[in-house]
Amino acid sequence: MGASQSGQPHEFQHLSDKTGFSIEQIKNLHNRFEYLTQDEGTLRREHLENIENLALNPIRKKIIEAFFDKRNLGQEGEGYLDEIGFEEFLTILAFFTPSKQRTGEDDKQKTRKEKLRFLFNMHDTDNDGFITLDEYRHVVEKLLSSNETIEIETAKAIADAAMLEVASVTVGRMGPDEFYEGVTFEHFMQILKGLEIETTMNINFWNLDSTAFQCGKSK
Amino acid sequence: MDYIFYLAIFKVLMLCDILFTPGYGENLDIPLKHPDTSSDLSTWSPNEHGAHPDPDKSRLPIFSVNYPRIQIPFEITLWVLLASFAKIGFHVYHKITVWVPESCLLISIGLIVGGIMHSVHEEPPAVLTSNVFFLYMLPSIVFDSGYFMPTRPFFENFGTVLWFAVVGTLWNSIGIGISLYAICQIEVFGVQDINLQENLLYASIISAVEPVAVLTVFEDISIHEQLYIVVFGECLFNDAVTVVLYNLFNHVAELRVVEAGDVFLGIASFFVVGLGGLLFGLLFGFVASFTTRFTGKVKEIEPLIIFLYSYLSYLIAELFAISSIMAIVTCALTMKYYVEENVSQRSCTTIRHVIKMVGSVSETLIFFFLGVVTITTEHEWNWAYILFSILFALLWRGLGILVLTQIINPFRTIPFNYKDQFGLAYGGLRGAVSFALAFTLPDSIGPKKLFITGTIVIIIFTVFIQGITIRPLLKLMNVRKTNRNLETINVEIHKRVGFTVDIIYVSILNYGLILTFFSNAGLKIIIIILNYNNCLVFQLMEHTVAGIEDLCGQWSHYYWKDKFMKFNNQIIRKILIRDNRPESSIVALYKKLELQNAMEILDSMSGDISSPPSPISSHASKSKKILASDVKNMHELLSKNMYKSRQRTMSHTNKHSLPNDVTAKEILIRRHTSLRRSLRAESFHGPKTSQKFFSLPTGQSLNSRLTPGRFASAGDDDAESEMDYASIRSTFRHPQRSMIPLRRPGNLKKVHSSVNVVDEENEKQRIYRSSRSGSSFTGSAHQITHQPHSFSGNISNKGHGSDSKEQKSFSPPNALKHEPQNNSDVQYPLLRRPQ
Repeated sequence: MGASQSGQPHEFQHLSDKTGFSIEQIKNLHNRFEYLTQDEGTLRREHLENIENLALNPIRKKIIEAFFDKRNLGQEGEGYLDEIGFEEFLTILAFFTPSKQRTGEDDKQKTRKEKLRFLFNMHDTDNDGFITLDEYRHVVEKLLSSNETIEIETAKAIADAAMLEVASVTVGRMGPDEFYEGVTFEHFMQILKGLEIETTMNINFWNLDSTAFQCGKSK
Repeated sequence: MDYIFYLAIFKVLMLCDILFTPGYGENLDIPLKHPDTSSDLSTWSPNEHGAHPDPDKSRLPIFSVNYPRIQIPFEITLWVLLASFAKIGFHVYHKITVWVPESCLLISIGLIVGGIMHSVHEEPPAVLTSNVFFLYMLPSIVFDSGYFMPTRPFFENFGTVLWFAVVGTLWNSIGIGISLYAICQIEVFGVQDINLQENLLYASIISAVEPVAVLTVFEDISIHEQLYIVVFGECLFNDAVTVVLYNLFNHVAELRVVEAGDVFLGIASFFVVGLGGLLFGLLFGFVASFTTRFTGKVKEIEPLIIFLYSYLSYLIAELFAISSIMAIVTCALTMKYYVEENVSQRSCTTIRHVIKMVGSVSETLIFFFLGVVTITTEHEWNWAYILFSILFALLWRGLGILVLTQIINPFRTIPFNYKDQFGLAYGGLRGAVSFALAFTLPDSIGPKKLFITGTIVIIIFTVFIQGITIRPLLKLMNVRKTNRNLETINVEIHKRVGFTVDIIYVSILNYGLILTFFSNAGLKIIIIILNYNNCLVFQLMEHTVAGIEDLCGQWSHYYWKDKFMKFNNQIIRKILIRDNRPESSIVALYKKLELQNAMEILDSMSGDISSPPSPISSHASKSKKILASDVKNMHELLSKNMYKSRQRTMSHTNKHSLPNDVTAKEILIRRHTSLRRSLRAESFHGPKTSQKFFSLPTGQSLNSRLTPGRFASAGDDDAESEMDYASIRSTFRHPQRSMIPLRRPGNLKKVHSSVNVVDEENEKQRIYRSSRSGSSFTGSAHQITHQPHSFSGNISNKGHGSDSKEQKSFSPPNALKHEPQNNSDVQYPLLRRPQ
């Protein structure tokens, strides 16, 4: 459906209202979308996996999965889609828009929550609402995988320590036979309350057309 | 107590005054007071000064005074000493500096001293000549700023910083210059003789803004990072731009007739000068880093290398008449990261201390002289010109910020709002650089005196009025802050250690925070709360954002950071770093926390020694108040060994004090302190993992896991490392020391398994562990007597240990795995018997 939308300003207007992007940004991103999908109209995993610049990103898989995650797309149910259209593509990118300048505290909290939810979903791969130790370890291993000198044991130890930290901050003292099953989103928010995510997890989407240059670069 | 000390300092200060002021008076009769004393000195015949103490020259003098011989260095020393006393004085009673910026106080003291000198008809010291300023003082000030620039936020806001520094300064200079020229055309004011070039020169002098006072205020009210770094960077780079403009206009002002061609040449030279400085800086930065690769065996000259290279970059840039400030700042920024990884902890500390010391002394002296000179020089006062220059300086600054922000905002991820803009505009105090530039104007400039007067008035106006009011104003306006506010921090602290504090300094890192405060016991305490999760999620976020940017063909600083880090890791580090292993910040954090685990061992030990247990180290004693004696005990114990390695560079480095205040008592609170108890419960991780190491598996040293020899050295005094960089210095040469804090992670688990084992070797470990776990905090006499011993044994051992041998005993991880018991001496140096 992406291709059919091109040259339909009212469609873009609709998307702009929905995602907060400006028309120019949407046009740019649409160009990019068409470039990525090679004009097929829908985006599949292999399209993203072919991006050269992304190849060295240690959490490439997680990023790609995030695009097909129903939770991020605001769709019903759980699990992952096989392909997404332009609207979904924008929905994902909208997570990275900076919050508007003059928004109240409530809006700021909302933006923050959304951004953190996105990150949480990247951790919680099996959709059960908990980041289990295994899931956390997996993320840490991926994060450190670009670093040849780090062994898996170290990654594990770091994940363990991080887990413990969450447990201690959120639950407090635990009885000897208690079992901390995983980080819930509430705990996730609580532990990260010192992190200025709303001002850092932003991409300055360009208003100008950069696609031509970028295409040349990617080839 | 404070008050008495302050009085004492004041007395010493006065004494110092008395000491040297009569020194002048005594020599008034001899032609010592010639302004160009330095040049005259060499030409003096021995008769002149030999005659002074003893007129009878034929005999061997028993006692002689040869004051002229030592005059110059002697006076310089006294001036520096006086300035330092003043600085000490302000900080003894720290509440003054909260309300009145230090520069105000220094100027005031200078005014008083100037008044005294003026009343005894004393000439101001001839020290502040153009050469002294440009060759000695300026480089030390800007090197200080460049070296302690918080790198990450700086590069994140690089564009904005440059925009404000370059375009903003040009805007101010040209705007002020032209408007003043317009004023000069009005006959009533009687300043028609000042031509456009001279006006521009003057404008370039008064458009250099000065960060010191503002940054201190910004830190105190924990203003958000972007505003802070933009002001910091702007001040730094606009020094460069100002000096370039100054030289340019100085040249042009002497020409008298300016052709259009000169203007273009001026613009061209502006770029040559700026970019040339950048290139030289980069070159020397890399050469310096490369040199430190080989200084491993001659550590005593390591700091020297740094100073020499950076000074060389400055001098050579001066030689080619390109921007020397740009050169030295770039050099500092470039080499800092690599050098600090190459040099030893001690050298690193020395480097930081010396840079800070020289920089702040230079700055103090300049402010001090400003006060003195204000009184002692002849002024040419022209109400209209001076008042209009203040007006225009404020006006153009405000307008400039307003306009330039509108232009830059669309490019910024987080735009500056109007409050931020006010902060930026109002924070534009003029300072040391302006003054020195004005004072070093060549005599050929006609209205030199008027310019000096005008500059001094503007500096005093901005420093006193804006400097004092900026804090209340920013508070009133409620400018954006970092998202931690003091109340929540206080609640957090209260929850953790059981006392509320009067926090005076908060610094936020991406993955933790540092607090400095005065506890109710009156001790300055720094608390570091580190957070694994923040660090991990932040990294995840950075990678995600970089990935998404790649994906949609956008690229911003994340993209460039990503690319640079790749380039850095693959090429630059291999060339410049001695034992190069790319390291991610989470791993660095992890190692730091490992170190801190060991610190807590010590914390809890001190809790055993002094009867009321220290609340910091133990969850159990949460509600107890911290006692000064506890902290002192702890501090003494720790300072003998690895204590200071816990100190961190604050991300906002105070311009006037070293990033980590060595005098500060420091207490660490870690989230995991309380974890250990829950960890003891084997069920923590449920059935999934049978081994639950808090850190590393049993019998494996951290060395074997992580890059060997790259922990922060715990044994070195004043170990400092910077969070932003996550650079842990190599301490390959001191494996013994670096092992000290590394608590073998497995011991948590072993607590249970080995409780009943009455093993000679393990006994002390067991006791120690149980004390760690909080169950037996009282500790046995056995423990109390032995631990100090092991301490001393450990310390003495450090001195003699053959490094290379010890290193071997550490490096093979397999040996440790197989024979953990045999190595327990090594693994637990704290618990080792005295040898």
